Amino acid sequence: MGLPPVVVGLIFYLILSRSGPLGFVGILYTPWAMVIVQTALATPIIAALSHSSIIGIDDIVRKSAITLGATSSQAAVKVIAEARYGIMAAIIAGFGRAIAEVGAILIVGGNIAGYTRVMTTTIALETDKGNFELAIALGVVLIIIALCVNIILHWVQKRGVTV
Amino acid sequence: MELNLSISNISKAYNSKKALNNCSFTFERGNIYCIVGPNGSGKSTLLRISALLEDADRGKVIYQKGSEPLNNSMELRRRITLVFPKGGLFNATVFKNCAYGLNLRRKNKGYIKEKVEETLGDVGLIHKMEQNALTLSSGEAQRLALSRAIVLEPDVLFLDEPTASLDPGSVIIIEKIIDILKKKRHMTIIMATHNMFQVQRLADKVIFLYNGEIIEAADVNKFFDSPDDERTLKFINGEMIY
Repeated sequence: MGLPPVVVGLIFYLILSRSGPLGFVGILYTPWAMVIVQTALATPIIAALSHSSIIGIDDIVRKSAITLGATSSQAAVKVIAEARYGIMAAIIAGFGRAIAEVGAILIVGGNIAGYTRVMTTTIALETDKGNFELAIALGVVLIIIALCVNIILHWVQKRGVTV
Repeated sequence: MELNLSISNISKAYNSKKALNNCSFTFERGNIYCIVGPNGSGKSTLLRISALLEDADRGKVIYQKGSEPLNNSMELRRRITLVFPKGGLFNATVFKNCAYGLNLRRKNKGYIKEKVEETLGDVGLIHKMEQNALTLSSGEAQRLALSRAIVLEPDVLFLDEPTASLDPGSVIIIEKIIDILKKKRHMTIIMATHNMFQVQRLADKVIFLYNGEIIEAADVNKFFDSPDDERTLKFINGEMIY
């Protein structure tokens, strides 16, 4: 489920580098490469948690939908809808993974100032430089953003239960 | 429109264990059939296969409009409904649960609102329309499960132990609804139950299943007063050991 980020970053670096199989695309050290590697890291977490949430839905829900006149695909949509809170939790977990990421995006993004430098890589860089004030300030901002997103998602999740 | 159901030589096995063995029967429209039998005798399997939710290993489920046989189409499946013992309610409001089947049939909003409110009124859940279905009591949940099916006005309604583990008050409410469905809407109702008093109160005809075979099928009075098979008598008297 969880992949080692640095290893994933290295693999994508090798794939996207000039001599790699997708080197001709020319996206290494661009935000696109960072998006791709983040997606590769977050997707297995979201998929695995969503899957366990969906298979946790009692089969009687699917059968009920069918006996009430649903087609197989409509019944599948119903089951996914029933698993929506678990899927939301999976998205929260995936977001948590993405927002905390440093190693993989550092490798494929190159930490280029004003282009591929993001908050986490800036914090790592400024800490290395001994510029702790900026690192701590950015860390606080990052935590606030993460908290806000989590609070919103939890609120949506909780609100959904009472619908 | 008349929809007639018959099953012909139905057999079904799960992991080589026989659940049904060569069952044949013709259900007459507008009657209430109670299927009785010990646990594991094949009652629920017979309901699921007859309701086209499962395929039989052998044999046929035949639905006919008059004398014309119908294919297993969505149109046919939307004229029959099965209510499960545990309800299978959705995590949504009582209204949305009840409206689900009508939404699938693309009925207009005004019609859906009117039908759902009328049906929820019939089952005594109109005041809980905006409540989440998963917060209902067992009796209310079973009434909602029933209302979700009857709002669709099916020709054939299958009920799998509709009053299992309910208190006597809830049992009476559900039995009244079933009785009204038969008298007013002339539905064919086929229900599996363990409650022999309920069978006497509701059934027109009784089918006794044992080890996946239909041992006896008779009018309710004959079934209880003078059953043909010795095993039926033992079952009725609670003397059957299985």
